[in-house]
Amino acid sequence: MSGLPPTQSLPPDVVLSVRDLSIDFTMHDYILHAVRQVSFDLRRGETLCLVGESGSGKSVTARSLMGLVERPGRLVGGSILLREGDGAVDVATLDPKSRAIRAIRGKRIGLVFQEPMSSLSPVHTIGFQIGQAVRLHSGLSKDEARERTIELLRQVEISNPAAMVDRYAFEFSGGMRQRAMIAMALAGNPEILIADEPTTALDVTTQAEILDLVRRLQVEKGMSMLLITHDLGVVAETADTVAVMRYGKVVETGGVDAIFHAPQHPYTRQLLAATVKLERGARTVAPAGEPVLSVSNLSKVYSTEGSFFGRKPFSLKAVDDVSFDLHAGENLGIVGESGSGKTTIGKLLMRVIEPTAGSISYRGADGAMREVTTLDAGGLAAFRRDVRFVFQDPFGSLNPRMTVREIIADPLVVSGLGQDRKQVQARVAELMTMVGLDPKGMERYPHAFSGGQRQRIGIARALALDPRVIIADEATSALDVSIRSQVLDLLLELQQRLSLSFVFISHDISVIRYFCDRVAVMHRGKIVEIGPAAEICSAPREPYTQSLISAVPSPDPRHKRMLNRRRFVAPVPA
Amino acid sequence: MAGYILRRILYMIPTLFGMSLISFLIIELPPGDYLTSLLATMSDSGQTIDPAQVELLKSIYGLDQPFYVQYFKWIWGILSRGDFGYSFEWNQPVSKLIWERMGSTLLISILSLVFVWVVSFPIGLYSAVKRHSIGDHVFTLIGFLGLAIPNFILALVLMYVAFAWLGQSVGGLYSPEFADAPWSWDKFVDLLAHLWIPIIIIGSSGTAALIRILRANLTDELNKPYVLTARAKGLPEHEVVLIYPVRIALNPFVSALGWVLPHLVSGVTIVAIVLNLPTAGPLLFRALVSQDMYLAGSFILLLSALTLVGMLVSDVLLALLDPRIRLG
Repeated sequence: MSGLPPTQSLPPDVVLSVRDLSIDFTMHDYILHAVRQVSFDLRRGETLCLVGESGSGKSVTARSLMGLVERPGRLVGGSILLREGDGAVDVATLDPKSRAIRAIRGKRIGLVFQEPMSSLSPVHTIGFQIGQAVRLHSGLSKDEARERTIELLRQVEISNPAAMVDRYAFEFSGGMRQRAMIAMALAGNPEILIADEPTTALDVTTQAEILDLVRRLQVEKGMSMLLITHDLGVVAETADTVAVMRYGKVVETGGVDAIFHAPQHPYTRQLLAATVKLERGARTVAPAGEPVLSVSNLSKVYSTEGSFFGRKPFSLKAVDDVSFDLHAGENLGIVGESGSGKTTIGKLLMRVIEPTAGSISYRGADGAMREVTTLDAGGLAAFRRDVRFVFQDPFGSLNPRMTVREIIADPLVVSGLGQDRKQVQARVAELMTMVGLDPKGMERYPHAFSGGQRQRIGIARALALDPRVIIADEATSALDVSIRSQVLDLLLELQQRLSLSFVFISHDISVIRYFCDRVAVMHRGKIVEIGPAAEICSAPREPYTQSLISAVPSPDPRHKRMLNRRRFVAPVPA
Repeated sequence: MAGYILRRILYMIPTLFGMSLISFLIIELPPGDYLTSLLATMSDSGQTIDPAQVELLKSIYGLDQPFYVQYFKWIWGILSRGDFGYSFEWNQPVSKLIWERMGSTLLISILSLVFVWVVSFPIGLYSAVKRHSIGDHVFTLIGFLGLAIPNFILALVLMYVAFAWLGQSVGGLYSPEFADAPWSWDKFVDLLAHLWIPIIIIGSSGTAALIRILRANLTDELNKPYVLTARAKGLPEHEVVLIYPVRIALNPFVSALGWVLPHLVSGVTIVAIVLNLPTAGPLLFRALVSQDMYLAGSFILLLSALTLVGMLVSDVLLALLDPRIRLG
């Protein structure tokens, strides 16, 4: 290797030592100090978790260890010492295009990213992409590399690896893609594995499997792991040591037990409190009002007919014979993994899409039940004034070219109530105060607001017409944990004041447990279990629900849940 | 794949039928026909013609029959005998006229397309990888000039340069002494000496457009996570860029086949007239002006067929290049 001669020595069990690392991003008119004087040590065989909310600088820190800081980011100080024999090489001094650093990438340090779909090339086979990494660091021939690739796929528990090696990323499920990414990171037999939010985009049961797999491989190969995550549950389940980051600084470092049971820094305590708070339900008395929405035997089948030119007929039951009631003042949670049909239910309730079969009836303010599926245009407009929607993505759901006032007033304008400018302005100010925003910001555009503030704008918009029911689809999923609990508390407070009912769709069981009175668990389009939230979340009856609940990471390293989880084997559909 | 291609070819039949009907209809839309425009030209130059003779000509040419009869006679001739009709103006069968012109049109079109690819690929790649560098700004400026300057002005300038500074004979595809000569090495060299002007002119706007498209696409692709994955494997930078993002950003190059061909044939009529090129454009233009309907209709039909073939070839190539299209 043509790297610098070893200049410094490391303590015997440390493989990587970061000292006073600083990274700046030079923007148009200011310099962002993304990472400030960060120091930590990674020991042999250990798992170090870098924890922090979005923008804390944890991803940039991890990438800098491989010389992968991209413009406009720049390493401005500190050292990254990687063990080399008895000495160490300072990665921070290596040119990011040099041969020396390329010999570290993949060979000494492997990297796994969050988004397994976009992290794999869509037009190259999985085998090509892994095989390339194998050959790069081994000098194997093409055939030998292929054998090794198949072996790697087998190690990450991909079934039938000899066939899957020639498939493309889009033919893999999310969990399988992440397994392929891990196989690629392992191709050069690295001593250190960096996993940057490796399970954030995955379902909770898939997350548990991937974390199991990583843990097993780490022990087998004696690797050290740097795990970057925002999820304290994942930290408690996996970490040996934890470094908590905020605004580019490490605010606290310590053993996992000390961090969870004797946190020193106020930010660590705040983060823990926000997480632990969601471990319990916020709702104490279950309301027993009359049903406002009553769904019975609702189904939605997506199908295409076969065509003359040889296309095969295709049909998918997205929602399959679903029935439930939403009572006045109640929060009903709909929980399920991706593809379970929960979002389709939200769309059916709003009648954005038409059901294939079944009925949805709605009790209006006058007390009369109306069938939603057969409403005419006028009736539907009235229905949609009463039943509003809050979206998941606080960035995509606000028009960037409208001011906040225009966004919040939009439902008023659409329903013909927004004639008087003064009145509209007063109403917008009232709504903004109600959701905890300063009305002075009403002439600004959405980009000036943070994710949590934008979600508040979305909620204010939903409240503009004094609705009676709000359907929230993953409304807090894009938010950091501390912001998430604030938004949930806001919704609960609004519910008290405005006597709302919520249908709360989420994949996140802790959010459901905190927010909802009753929960419906969905799997493959069907409701497998419905009941009080406390009961479902602590003593589920159905095997599927049991596996789902037991896969949720517990934010307490003394009570790890995932290791003892129940596995659900889906019956083969007839 | 074979099934897909077969299906696409089957789809082309009704499309072509519709196109031929519409093109014939459009040609018939203006009041009058070939004879009335001939009479107008003749009376302009002081000649007169006996009305009885006009009626006789009308029935000989079939112009007194209703639209649909004329159309079906024409289409049936094409399908049964390969007979595209008779050009009134040139007094020749349409097929003879067209094949002469189509050969040179295809030659110039394909060479221009190759020129567009060869020039825009390296420049687009450079501009995307070295974004906001001086070289990128220079190429961007040239690209905008290429898009903004009307082709016929460029044609006049290049003709002047070739004539005044390089001492070449300009216009057409051959110098006068080779025009009717049999094929020889000298004639081939003479052809090349003429070809570069139309190729540069016709290719300029397409090149500029493709550079912009490649630059924009590749810039997007370069920021995708899979590029970082490739770097994290330890691949050298040039392999990272060429194997992954470039491969994906190439799609518009292939789909260019579909739109460049019809653009080259019908969009460069003015250039062809200025440069006196023996391509389809000027002849089609002439045929439309004089309402020489079988000639114009056959041209449009053939251009439509070419466009569809270009689309098919580009779709098949795209499917070969991108598994998401092939298997998705």
